Amino acid sequence: MQIVVDLNRCQGYAQCVFLAPRVFELHGEEALMYAPAVPGEQHEHVRRAAAACPVQAILVGEPAGDGAAPSGAGGPADAGPSSGAGGGRAGVDGR
Amino acid sequence: MAGEGWGGHSGRIVIVGASLAGLRAAETLRAEGFGGSLTVVGDEPHPPYDRPPLSKQVLLGRVRAADAGLPRRHAVDARWKLGVRASGLDPVEKRVLLADGEHLPFDRLLIATGTRARPWPQSDEARLDGVLTLRTLDDAARLAERLDAGPRRVLVIGAGFTGSEIASACRERGLAVTVAERGPAPLVGALGGTLGAFAAKLQRAHGVDLRCGVTVTALRGSGGRLTGADLSDGTRIDADIAVVALGAVRNTEWLAGSGLAAGPRGVACDAGCRAFNMYGIVTDDVFVAGDVARFPHPLFEYQMLSLEHWGNAVAQAEVAAHNMVSPGPRRRPHLTVPAFWSSQFGLNIKSVGVPTFSDQVVIAQGSLKEGRLVAVYGYRGRVTAAVSVNRAKWLEHYRTLIESAAPFPPPAGAADRPESPVPVPSDVPDPKVLSHGPTVALTGHLPDRRLAVVVRQSG
Repeated sequence: MQIVVDLNRCQGYAQCVFLAPRVFELHGEEALMYAPAVPGEQHEHVRRAAAACPVQAILVGEPAGDGAAPSGAGGPADAGPSSGAGGGRAGVDGR
Repeated sequence: MAGEGWGGHSGRIVIVGASLAGLRAAETLRAEGFGGSLTVVGDEPHPPYDRPPLSKQVLLGRVRAADAGLPRRHAVDARWKLGVRASGLDPVEKRVLLADGEHLPFDRLLIATGTRARPWPQSDEARLDGVLTLRTLDDAARLAERLDAGPRRVLVIGAGFTGSEIASACRERGLAVTVAERGPAPLVGALGGTLGAFAAKLQRAHGVDLRCGVTVTALRGSGGRLTGADLSDGTRIDADIAVVALGAVRNTEWLAGSGLAAGPRGVACDAGCRAFNMYGIVTDDVFVAGDVARFPHPLFEYQMLSLEHWGNAVAQAEVAAHNMVSPGPRRRPHLTVPAFWSSQFGLNIKSVGVPTFSDQVVIAQGSLKEGRLVAVYGYRGRVTAAVSVNRAKWLEHYRTLIESAAPFPPPAGAADRPESPVPVPSDVPDPKVLSHGPTVALTGHLPDRRLAVVVRQSG
């Protein structure tokens, strides 16, 4: 699981900090810092945090890199020799 | 839907640039029903990742650079050509040339090649061990590793947002840091004199050795390793690390000879993200989004804006992708009000509008003294920008004022007594010659129903 927070939207309500304190923290009064790669045991907390965000600023998804793997997504994927970098991201999820 | 000609929902689309804008455009194309072949080219070997954490969490050692990936909104059925640079564009044959020799034919092309860190101009000095830049994931990993090793002093050259965030991370790690800035204050280029002076005090209060009004005239090394730097005021700094934070260079060189209006300031495009050619004629098959784009914004007198903002990359990519697969009347303008954020020295700084598009500024809420405030910027009597420090919740209101071309200075709110309600010159250095055009307000807030109206200027 990978997350990104739209910090233009974020207004520092800090609901996420209460619901997933190991992933989100306030740095100072209202600057949000977070761990973009979410370890497995935090997935549920992060889902709740994303749902509770008053301004819906948290995007939760699989790493975009998965789609970049040569085997990814099927499609007209002629995996050229240079297109295999996605493999480097394997294992992000669930750590 | 889109029935005629190229058809829109089939065919070949190539996106050059595999960062935030490229990724969001690819997702939007598929979400809008594009069913043809989609190729995304990126010169870095990494899949799309998020840059803002690189100068914050990553430098603080809380997050590994390799973990700064981006989530996808949904699976993108695309061919990813990563680690390969685009080397040219043939607009007649409609194909992108890659450095590995491959040619990628397209019906529609999106240019989202972004920027790179401006390198230190003296290449022999730039090669010294310890001279770094910060733009990419690999840059951040390198710098974080150097900071882990406990350098005796870090020299940051340039006090824009990136330089200031690097200095902040260094101080938070307890490292000695010198910041050398040619201008009169940090952040002054983006935020003007009032907040620049505030930022200078902030840095010094956090133990930064801040030197303004100086340039670094030489980087010194011994045995291939950086040992320090000479400043234009005759002083000398001993440092193990120098981070060159002199802004960004737009990645447009590959477009030389393409006939597009592409140069050091970016690729010019219209409000619908269609690229202009060098004659100012709009193309219909080449689109631009993200940091590399220059586009006219009605709210700012149609000046061509180049925005190195996360939010602009997302919004512009979505508009570009929509327009790439939509027939003329269904195309949308990119009218998003610019916005960005920075966190440094424990403060959260957020901006809406274009602070440099201003002649005056007023602290409308809060105060510089308590470090919680909203500074509102005006140009010829209307609100054009607002910047909050640790008061993000107040900022939304000002976005509305900017969009509606509200009068400047804004009337004082009931909630707060500003310390100084008198506007002062915004002191944006090197002010651009602002053209005097019609004042425009945005109206209609459904994404596909955003319109602009011309406001009659009275008094």
